[in-house]
Amino acid sequence: MSVLTGSFNTGDHSVTEAARRRRFGPIYSRNVRAVVARGLMATKSSNWMVMVSGFFEPVLYLISMGVGLGAIVGSVQGPGGQEISYAAYIAPALLAVSAMNGAVYDSTWNVFFKMNFAKLYQGMLYTSLGPLDVAMGEIFLALLRGAMYATGFTAVMGLMGLITTPWAILMIPASVLIAFGFASFGMGITSYMKTFQQMDWINFVMLPMFLFSATFYPLSVYPQSIQWLIQAMPLWHGVELLRQISVGVFTPATAVHIGYYLVMIALGVLLTTSRLRKLFLK
Amino acid sequence: MRVSELASKESRASSPSDAALPYVITAENLTKRYGDVTAVDGISFRVPAGEAFGLLGPNGAGKSTTMKMIGGVSQRTSGSLNIMGLDPEQHGPEVRAHLGVVPQQDNLDEELKVRDNLLVYGRYFGLPMSYLKPKADELLEFAQLTDKANSKVDALSGGMKRRLTIARSLINEPRILLLDEPTTGLDPQARHILWDRLFRLKEQGVTLILTTHYMDEAEQLCDRLIVVDKGRIMAEGSPASLIREYSTREVLELRFGSERNASVGAELGGIGERVETLPDRVLIYAHDGEAALEQVTARGLRPVTSLVRRSSLEDVFLRLTGRSLVD
Repeated sequence: MSVLTGSFNTGDHSVTEAARRRRFGPIYSRNVRAVVARGLMATKSSNWMVMVSGFFEPVLYLISMGVGLGAIVGSVQGPGGQEISYAAYIAPALLAVSAMNGAVYDSTWNVFFKMNFAKLYQGMLYTSLGPLDVAMGEIFLALLRGAMYATGFTAVMGLMGLITTPWAILMIPASVLIAFGFASFGMGITSYMKTFQQMDWINFVMLPMFLFSATFYPLSVYPQSIQWLIQAMPLWHGVELLRQISVGVFTPATAVHIGYYLVMIALGVLLTTSRLRKLFLK
Repeated sequence: MRVSELASKESRASSPSDAALPYVITAENLTKRYGDVTAVDGISFRVPAGEAFGLLGPNGAGKSTTMKMIGGVSQRTSGSLNIMGLDPEQHGPEVRAHLGVVPQQDNLDEELKVRDNLLVYGRYFGLPMSYLKPKADELLEFAQLTDKANSKVDALSGGMKRRLTIARSLINEPRILLLDEPTTGLDPQARHILWDRLFRLKEQGVTLILTTHYMDEAEQLCDRLIVVDKGRIMAEGSPASLIREYSTREVLELRFGSERNASVGAELGGIGERVETLPDRVLIYAHDGEAALEQVTARGLRPVTSLVRRSSLEDVFLRLTGRSLVD
């Protein structure tokens, strides 16, 4: 103590000393909440429009496809074999897509931009925050936002009369599960990206997944080999999971869908943690 | 999840400041390569607590890279580095808990207001709001930004942003303050105010690590410095000792017009201890500048302008590298 504080004689430094005497890890300082608090404060002051547009996107899809296209399609067969309106059929799928899009946007583009252009992480990492605090904080914020969108979208479904069972409320935590899977992986993948051109590859994967993952029509329209391919993709599991929850019909496949995401989250967190130094420290 | 695993690997419970370390920073053969480019090429130095230590060199000398390695935000290629008893690569968060950092380019949080920048930054250090609120106001006063507390960051001028960045670096009452070109872009008055503040921090026992390419800044602030060029240390010592060792007491600066400097330079041999011919002027290093000027005029040479001044670190750098510090 003596060498370093001997000449300090002004004021009370006990607070800053206490902050230095916490237990720290090599890349973690147990301070995720500071990153989250920053995100909430920034959202409050500037990100309102982005937030609102993210909410409306799936709602607009639901109205145009569900109501518009639904008028031609009529009713279709739901997960339990019962007849449901086309809007009720695609609504949970759109919720899964929006959970995916939001999580991927937050963990890839948003992270990439903040890292390379806004220099936000550069500032954070000159404090006692570690890369793991930053990564967990960003993922938490993405999930919080995802939960808000899911709540809003579920409410819209309710208003449109598309909800017929109390089970549907579980779509909200299930959406967060889906978002977690994509967010944990997205950040790991971003650690390999160096240019905007590379970032565009992400869209190359996302768009086909959105269009073909049994989002707007059942998987049975495809030949068997294509079905297998789609069933290997994460979004299909999300779509099916939310579709089952929306009507309260659960099968052994429900557990498979949830298990798929739990494994994806575990692998994604592993990937991202192992890439953290590459992601944040040059 | 790796979180629990990482937490269990946490560092030793004893705080690094308990050990009575003679040096707060020890670098041995510190090297950083980016691909084929060697930014820092095996430099070694030690900084005792409370010293103002400078890295003086031109742009691209490797000063900022060295600062980043000290802060643990850049991984070294080889060599060893020890900050307050810890390796910043293995104990980044713990090392940085002791540091205040002013990076070369401001990286303020553009999405937050001025005062919130200070509060949020303090939260990153795990400091409580009860401490941060009065501290933020005190630092705004220090940075003369009290009336801008609720402005957006992008509404600030360049100098204001710089002052806010410096104020922000003090939020955790750092033991070691890393300042990378702190006054670049500040007007002369603001620079002097900042120097005054840095002096006061030094009086309180804060160790200052400073990079600069301004020789006057280095002379004003640094107890000791290393002159760095192309990633290597060219010389080390106090400003006065470096000047004594590598230069003469005075310098006579002569201008003969840009066409004649080179040819006249050749005729000045024997005057003073050394003659340095630059494109825009001729420098004669001598103990007595006035006497040297008399010798020049005695040879019938008529400079357009002449100036006798004391030697500075600029001359040291010129002597060591054959180049000027500021282009």
